[in-house]
Amino acid sequence: MLRKCFIAVAIVAGTAQPLLAASGVNPEADRKAFVKYFTEKFPKLKLKDFVNGPYSMDEDLYKQWVAKEEFPPYEFTLEKGKKMLATPFKNGKTYADCFENKGVGIRQNYPKFDPKRGKVITLEVAVNECREANGEKPYNYKKGEMAAITAYMAYTSRGKPMSIKIPDDPRALAAYKKGEEFFYTRRGQFNFACSSCHVQMAGMHLRTEVLAPALGLMNALPVYRSKWGAVGTTSRRLTSCNSQVRATPLKPNDELYRDVEYFLSYMGNGLPISGPGARP
Amino acid sequence: MRNRFLIQLAVVLSVGGFVTAAIAASADDFKAAYAKAEAASKKALAMKTGWLTTTKELKAAKKAADAGKFDDAVKHAKEAEALANASIAQSEEQKKLWKDAVIR
Repeated sequence: MLRKCFIAVAIVAGTAQPLLAASGVNPEADRKAFVKYFTEKFPKLKLKDFVNGPYSMDEDLYKQWVAKEEFPPYEFTLEKGKKMLATPFKNGKTYADCFENKGVGIRQNYPKFDPKRGKVITLEVAVNECREANGEKPYNYKKGEMAAITAYMAYTSRGKPMSIKIPDDPRALAAYKKGEEFFYTRRGQFNFACSSCHVQMAGMHLRTEVLAPALGLMNALPVYRSKWGAVGTTSRRLTSCNSQVRATPLKPNDELYRDVEYFLSYMGNGLPISGPGARP
Repeated sequence: MRNRFLIQLAVVLSVGGFVTAAIAASADDFKAAYAKAEAASKKALAMKTGWLTTTKELKAAKKAADAGKFDDAVKHAKEAEALANASIAQSEEQKKLWKDAVIR
């Protein structure tokens, strides 16, 4: 009888399919295909170079970037962000009470999937949730204090490999899939998808700018843009990209933006965090 | 006789055409056109696939109507409706087509 039980258990265990495989969603296979596509398209680049976006695409631009990094335009923003991370809230608590390792050297883990709430939490959302949990007003998602604190948090993770987890949970897989769909869906009057610029036209010029490949795109965020004259967040980049193709932007912390950040960040897994970046 | 009749007919038709062109759009025409456009725009926004230009045309329609320029207002409202419907069509088409672009 016991022998029959063992056999039954072995049969069930052997045929049990992990949810990932059963659902047909395979983020790791997608990521490998993504990396293969871009490394074949740009054979002269080392994998880690992709996190520098357009600056790795062109020799002159690379020299400009090296010169910029000597006196980075985001330096004052970093000082502000460092101070903010250490400053207590009115109730005496700090960001250290919300984040692992006191918020230092953890950027590469975001976005993360929250199994209790069944949704993706970006670093920006986590910062504002920490603030609201401690009686403070949330920051504007696109610039100012949010840009400063996330820039500093990214800086403390520089060089660490992006490390996004997609647990074997149907809700996490669904969020990843929705993010993938958003990335490849054409929108706006100009009928552009994110992939139109960052996959099909990666490395090419759009007016005066060289379009960055999608691989490693999230690793450089948040980013100082010369066009903005300031550091802007991931939310700012997503909303402004949508506006540029004449699509009505969503709210900065919309579920779809969080999902596309989840998808694209996972694609950059293993590549080093280079944020905050500096771009034209 | 026949030529005289044809000339008279031509005069009547051209006068009729002039009168037709001179009938301007009314406030009611604008309200109807704007309501259709707004409904289409709301549907597109609810799908999270609205276009900025739709909103711009709706605003232009309202502004023209407020100034009493109902011909312009109706023109902008109809343009807004067309843009909103185009954005809805784009969204529905993309539900199938996005997969063709995926790197595999």
